[in-house]
Amino acid sequence: MSAPQTTQPSETQSGAGFRLPPTVTEAITTPRGQRRRRGPRSGGVLGKIAEYAWLLPALVVLAVFVYLPLVQNVAFSTQEWDIYSGSSAFVGLENYDKLFRDPVFWTALGNNVLYSALSIAFQVGAALVLAAMIESLRSIRWRKALRAIYFVPSAISLTVAGLLFYFIYEPNLGMLNHLLDAVGLGFLAQPWLGQESTAMVSIIAMSQWQGFGYSTLLFAVAIQRIPAELYEAASLDGIGPIRRFFHVTVPLVREMTGLMVIVTISGAFQVFNEVMVMTSGGPNNSTQVLATWLYRSGFVRNDFGYAAAIATVIFVVTLLIALAQLWYTRRRRVEF
Amino acid sequence: MTRTGFLGAVMRVFVWAFLLALVVVVVYPLLWMVLNGFKTNAELFGNPFALPLQLDWENYADAWNRGVSDYLAASVLVTVTSTIATVFISAWAAYGLTRVTLPFGRIASGFILGGLMLAPAVALVPLVRMFQAMGLYNTFWALLILYTAFRIPFTTFLIRAYMIDLPREVDEAAEMDGASRWTAFWRITLPMCKPIIISTVILHVLFAWNEYLFAMVFTSGSGVQTLPVGLTSLMSKHGTDYPVVFAGMVVAALPVIALFFASQRYFIKGLSEGIGK
Repeated sequence: MSAPQTTQPSETQSGAGFRLPPTVTEAITTPRGQRRRRGPRSGGVLGKIAEYAWLLPALVVLAVFVYLPLVQNVAFSTQEWDIYSGSSAFVGLENYDKLFRDPVFWTALGNNVLYSALSIAFQVGAALVLAAMIESLRSIRWRKALRAIYFVPSAISLTVAGLLFYFIYEPNLGMLNHLLDAVGLGFLAQPWLGQESTAMVSIIAMSQWQGFGYSTLLFAVAIQRIPAELYEAASLDGIGPIRRFFHVTVPLVREMTGLMVIVTISGAFQVFNEVMVMTSGGPNNSTQVLATWLYRSGFVRNDFGYAAAIATVIFVVTLLIALAQLWYTRRRRVEF
Repeated sequence: MTRTGFLGAVMRVFVWAFLLALVVVVVYPLLWMVLNGFKTNAELFGNPFALPLQLDWENYADAWNRGVSDYLAASVLVTVTSTIATVFISAWAAYGLTRVTLPFGRIASGFILGGLMLAPAVALVPLVRMFQAMGLYNTFWALLILYTAFRIPFTTFLIRAYMIDLPREVDEAAEMDGASRWTAFWRITLPMCKPIIISTVILHVLFAWNEYLFAMVFTSGSGVQTLPVGLTSLMSKHGTDYPVVFAGMVVAALPVIALFFASQRYFIKGLSEGIGK
């Protein structure tokens, strides 16, 4: 858990730099005065409007398929849909009233909060310690190998990882119960996903397995950016590896830590795949999260207005988190 | 000095033990998945730790014939087309945002990058109704459009951040020499952006290959279903023939793992740029 021992600060970063083609280099090195002034294209109101062609595809696609549905969603949430006639009636805030009285909504929200809390502990806290451990290794090859191996679960989809852990938790053929048996902890064996007391934690555990390599990788990149001299100076002052971690690493990756916290919370409020694949929200709705409850309300029970109300709650929560991120990144950057 | 030397050695042993144990925790479940793809059902239920008795590819052939070939084809089609659409539209937009002074440019930029804040689940209900009305529900177009639309903000953000740091003089010089903006974009700016373009391509492929929410809600028939959704229907359709499901999982996981190892540098670059700016 100490310094990167060599002075190669960012081997993961290299290779992505660009090389300029010769004509371009020539253009850069030509002094400004030798060039003619701007051509006619940059002038004129019409010309400027025509330049919007660059943005047009992105603007249109986003307006129609991202922003319009967002606005429609708020409108839908104030309506009650009759799926048989296809008509809808304005009901004001009735869906929200129903939502806030719905115990499953609160269970789902609670599960999202639990998801955030545990993900912050593992994907931010533990991942930072892990990244520091990896970067303290002397062998660059091992550092690279470990970062890559830990990342593999993040490359495979949550669906595959979810199915895999569905089988691992499965009471009959599942690896986990057999493993507990084999080490003499057989009394701990249980239907992990089949009972309310363990189902949610089991899903979250899978998600940590799947995601910790991703945040470890990002923390490793952040640690590599810390100048090695800082660690050397601390070592010379007789500061041990654990104190170096707390007094050098932690403060200097603070920006990344803040971002990771925000990204992790935002992700935790959008959780869908793993729950859908592993339990579909059961048993007895104990593993519902906002997104799966939205799905179930809208597309299984056909209560579109209610689903739209849940979607609005997700929107408000994720928007607040995004604004926090914006505020955080604007506020300060760590400079060396 | 001897005291710290001893403590340091103990600590190093501890760190190594921990890191290697974690390797086992990561690799063993994946290995278990691969091995189970070669087992018979009886072997699977008999002893989950045992190695398969023989390496036969029957489960893979089975999985392939039971729909995995269709899922794979759909995944490849959606991934390739949405990657092309997303990266080009985003690169154009990034060029417009960094190289051209536009009236209301700041608003346009906020509009495009603001899309980063929006969770796909929020738009789900209206999108389903919209696509049903347009007759695009349960078609390949639905996923192509959605994967493109919801990834433009992130992709534009990455390319734009890279273009900002490139020297503007180059484009200007090209234009002085009579090249049109269009030519300057294709011949000069885009080639210089190659590293970040590669990163965004890889990140988009990973996203489209693994996406589940839209794929599940917007497709129901085979022929359109992608691998993630296909795997869950393989699971529900074929009851307890689990080794076939494991084989399907391996087919879904292998391409992206290979992609990751083949392109780690660009990949890591993209990830760290994406979160860091």
